[in-house]
Amino acid sequence: MTDQNVIDRIKREVGDNDVVLFMKGTPVFPQCGFSAAVVQVLTHLGVPFKGVDVLTDPSLRQGIKDFSNWPTIPQLYVKSEFVGGCDIIREMFQSGELTELLATKGIAVQAA
Amino acid sequence: MAMDAGMIEKLIREGIPDAQVSIEDLRGDGDHYAAYVVSPAFKGKSRVQQHQMVYQALRGKMGGELHALALQTSAPADA
Repeated sequence: MTDQNVIDRIKREVGDNDVVLFMKGTPVFPQCGFSAAVVQVLTHLGVPFKGVDVLTDPSLRQGIKDFSNWPTIPQLYVKSEFVGGCDIIREMFQSGELTELLATKGIAVQAA
Repeated sequence: MAMDAGMIEKLIREGIPDAQVSIEDLRGDGDHYAAYVVSPAFKGKSRVQQHQMVYQALRGKMGGELHALALQTSAPADA
């Protein structure tokens, strides 16, 4: 079971930041290919986001999985809503849905 | 740790009985797979919900025994 403190921290992160990526490593130095792929998509779209490195904290690494009922990392949140992991983000990016979603949520995207 | 492609397919089919499943061993190492799952049960569900159904069928193996499973899910076009 995940500590309430960890859940509270996650809620704060996704509440305080429009776009949050829970990932392995940092946006500058991703430590996993799947995390790197999502960083690449967000960077390509010119979306400002906060990267949260789960490798720095084992309780966060497990906590984020419990929070979203999702077994893998990375996990992307837009305006507190869990959007998906690497496969979903890639698919949504390719189909243009990601840009649409961001626009709907009022997040500025550079014309790609 | 590796997992057999047949086992992945079997678990998904058991969890989502009417699913069409195809599995691809991406690197031939028994550790990195892609799965394509089509099922009428996905109709009206978001992608996150569809993937969660597949993860549910895999009974916690995803992220553990099963390191990498690229997932693509959809409902049949005519459903």
